[in-house]
Amino acid sequence: MAPLTSRARSVDRKPMTVWERMYLPAIAKGMSITFGHMFKKKPTVNYPEKTRPFSPVFRGLHVLNRDEQGRERCTACGLCAVACPAEAITMEAAERLPEEVNLYREEKYAAKYEINMLRCIFCGLCEEACPKDAIYLSETFAPANYTRKGFIYGKEELLIPNPVTQPEEFAKAQGNRAK
Amino acid sequence: MAEEKKLFKVTIDNITIEVEPGTSILQAARKIGGDVAPPAMCYYTKLKGSGGKCRTCLVEVAAGSTADPRPMPKLVASCRTNVMDGMVVKNITSEKVIDARNGVVEMLLLNHPLDCPICDQAGECHLQDLSYEHGKESTRYEFDRRTFKKHDLGPYIQLHMTRCILCYRCVFTADQLTEKRVHGVLDRGDHSEIATYIEKSLENDFIGNIIDVCPVGALTDKTFRFKNRVWFLKPVDAHRNCNHPKCNGKVTLWYRGDEVFRVTARKDEWGEVEDWICNECRFDKKATADWVIDGPTKINRHSVISQGHYVGTVRPQEALYDVMGGRAPKLLMDIHSVSEVNRPEIDLSKLERPAHSTDFEANGTK
Repeated sequence: MAPLTSRARSVDRKPMTVWERMYLPAIAKGMSITFGHMFKKKPTVNYPEKTRPFSPVFRGLHVLNRDEQGRERCTACGLCAVACPAEAITMEAAERLPEEVNLYREEKYAAKYEINMLRCIFCGLCEEACPKDAIYLSETFAPANYTRKGFIYGKEELLIPNPVTQPEEFAKAQGNRAK
Repeated sequence: MAEEKKLFKVTIDNITIEVEPGTSILQAARKIGGDVAPPAMCYYTKLKGSGGKCRTCLVEVAAGSTADPRPMPKLVASCRTNVMDGMVVKNITSEKVIDARNGVVEMLLLNHPLDCPICDQAGECHLQDLSYEHGKESTRYEFDRRTFKKHDLGPYIQLHMTRCILCYRCVFTADQLTEKRVHGVLDRGDHSEIATYIEKSLENDFIGNIIDVCPVGALTDKTFRFKNRVWFLKPVDAHRNCNHPKCNGKVTLWYRGDEVFRVTARKDEWGEVEDWICNECRFDKKATADWVIDGPTKINRHSVISQGHYVGTVRPQEALYDVMGGRAPKLLMDIHSVSEVNRPEIDLSKLERPAHSTDFEANGTK
């Protein structure tokens, strides 16, 4: 039968030579490889003290964005929820009261906004659908949690810190990719 | 058979159809259906005198009639032009028509705000459909869009004058359905606006129909305002015995879960109301107990409202109960006990006005 590939080799079944039967040279060879690694550069990263750089297209945990004046951008238009293939997003809208003008950018806003991170597949279609630049996928992972309850993210978890009152936290949450 | 009425033969986009004399080109095209029917923003079959204003239904008449086969020199408004025997009409097969329609849509959108994310009409807006088909990606208009002083039209109807395209449908509706019209188009030209002359609320028994008639989001239901997006609701046909002599109580209920979020009249495939309904049916009867359910509303499958509604699917039988000996599987998490959205104690559909932050705070949730 013709061999399927040119790389096929027949097994060498010759008895071992004296040199091979001594084993010690083979052990020395193995040890030299093992100890040689001590002097090489470590590929391990000491997470969480050090982190690897994210790919520019990485899609992590969602953030709900604010504008320069710290007003929430989301108007609860529902396009992210309708675009979501995993049906992870739900929301409830409310009308802005006159005294809330500096809290919300538009007349209508999301009073409740929830993403079920157990359902989310981090596809980024919500980010693509958003007409108001309100939802972004950031450079962070969804942290582990002991209960399933902890993966239902509401507005408290998702909303980015206010750039006016908390500029440092805002910059941190915005990450390196913004602009 | 001499008694038989003579029918006119019209050819629209190479499809020939026989219609009764006195039919408009638009109605003849709608008889054929599909893409052949020109879009209409101001024309409304049920309203006498409507049409001829928006110019979206322009068509080319390639041959006037068998007796006089000369083409008409200009594009004609199909809602206002009656068919002649042997007329040849070009709608989507004519380059001129498509070009003109693109121009009309651009003109309609000059002053129309881009607030679809906020607008309650989004998802069932005729202007949205029209601009999706014919619109440009951006505007060439360099000036500020027109703005208006806000008018309050009472507890039922919300007016957004900036969104209005001045189709006059609501004016005809008020004229023809109610005894006394209190709103109309004031001023002229760029300043013309829908308003009541002196601040007055619209409270006639049938005035709610102007919400259904409005092709854009200029007139919307105040009791439904900002409550939900139409594509998250499930439309269901229902009826009740309405005491009002002119109302037959045939409506569409828009459900989310067990809550009726809004009541509208039933609409046909052209987005036109089948039967006018009274204000009591529309605004006051928002409980399933008030209605007799007739079945789910047929929605065009290309509409965003039909997203997630699967018709004619066969669901496999749940085998888990048999395997577990009749016991229900243990849920690791019941989403309704965790989620803050759709809390049973916050009943948004029962509110007569849009929800405010206070409605959510009052119930102890932030």
